Amino acid sequence: MPTTALTLADLAFLAQGAGLTLAITAVAVACGTVLGILCGILRVQFGPFWTAPLTFLLDVFRSVPLLIRLVLANAAQSIAKLGWGPFTTSCIVLSLYTAAYCTEIVRGAIVAVPQPLRRASRSLGLSWRQDMTFVVAPLATRVALPSWIGLTLGVMKDSALVLWLGLIELLRASQILVTRLQEPLLILMICGGIYFLLSFPIARLGGLLEKRWSPR
Amino acid sequence: MIEIQNVRKSFGSLEVLKGIDLTVHKGEVVTIIGGSGSGKSTLLTCINGLEPIASGRIVVDGIDVHGKGTNLDALRSKIGIVFQQWNAFPHYTGLENVMLAPRKVLGLTRQAAEEIALKHLTAVGLADKLTVYPTRLSGGQQQRMAIARALAMSPEYMLFDEVTSALDPMLVGEVLDTLRMLASQGMTMICVTHEMKFAREVSDRVAFFHRGVMAEIAPPDALFGAPREPETRAFLAATH
Repeated sequence: MPTTALTLADLAFLAQGAGLTLAITAVAVACGTVLGILCGILRVQFGPFWTAPLTFLLDVFRSVPLLIRLVLANAAQSIAKLGWGPFTTSCIVLSLYTAAYCTEIVRGAIVAVPQPLRRASRSLGLSWRQDMTFVVAPLATRVALPSWIGLTLGVMKDSALVLWLGLIELLRASQILVTRLQEPLLILMICGGIYFLLSFPIARLGGLLEKRWSPR
Repeated sequence: MIEIQNVRKSFGSLEVLKGIDLTVHKGEVVTIIGGSGSGKSTLLTCINGLEPIASGRIVVDGIDVHGKGTNLDALRSKIGIVFQQWNAFPHYTGLENVMLAPRKVLGLTRQAAEEIALKHLTAVGLADKLTVYPTRLSGGQQQRMAIARALAMSPEYMLFDEVTSALDPMLVGEVLDTLRMLASQGMTMICVTHEMKFAREVSDRVAFFHRGVMAEIAPPDALFGAPREPETRAFLAATH
């Protein structure tokens, strides 16, 4: 029977890290999704020409590695004397990262709603807003859901990079334990298991919604 | 009354409507026939402002459709249009499809909207399909649902854009019966159609469109029996 030096207190330490991972992910996905929906609608509504500056900005956010952006943002806020803590900085950077991907998901989903269907709804007297709310939103959500779930899971794992700003989230917490206890296999397995436990319900929720919304 | 005055419209360099004049009175059924690309369908989408026009005027009950400041949403609720592709909202049941606009545009309560929807769905013979999603309906049933959806707004005018063209021949009859019923109830209708027999039977006047021009308009017996224009004769000969 192999023994371990891992104590309950250590597990609680890991759980605390997991809590931080979850909190950062929740804030980033919530803010990023709202921002992504706004930018996605703007991009569809105003066309590529007028939204070129926005598109460029989003492209920057998608192409510069997250780690570099985190470090740069942290340096920038410190130079600008904004006084943001690492949690705030991480949430802002990750929100923008999520928004950049979400914008494209939303844009694609809106474009996927057949134009004749929108014409039909407008022809019934529905305003643009009503058309967007009652016809486009439900149909686009179905299209966007799988990619959005993928994005959320990705952000959860990418959020590990905030450890570079000194935050003790799940991965950093397990690193600390590995250093102290020298049991990398066990600890990393537990860490991976926790990531799985966090991700699995989200993935299942996506599957469930997809099934519920599929044409009956 | 729908007054169409010298309406012109282009898609890029292609002029699809070359000065159309047509007045449709209350209670009248006008059908428009003609080859593909003759501008028939475009005219219908211009009448309820779904497409802008280049010049001319379309006036519906004294309101200039393309005028500045015209409330198109309000105007559209009194001009129903049904398209070749029925465009049922796939995420709503038959009943919900029909209830949507009365609830959101007219602001009716759920109960009132449901009553209206039920009435119109029953009239088009879909009383047993209320809770069914459109994917489970045949093309003809979806098209009849689309007609009920437009009628639920109590429009004063109905525009039908080749509503039977995408249907299997077996299903054309059921949709045409619905249109006949409407015509007999005195609905003001403009129908773009390829169903000559139907056009002959229900129309007060039949217009023949050719390359963006209304080449001829006359009561059905005159137009089908003794067409004046050579283009009309050629078209009718080809379709008979």
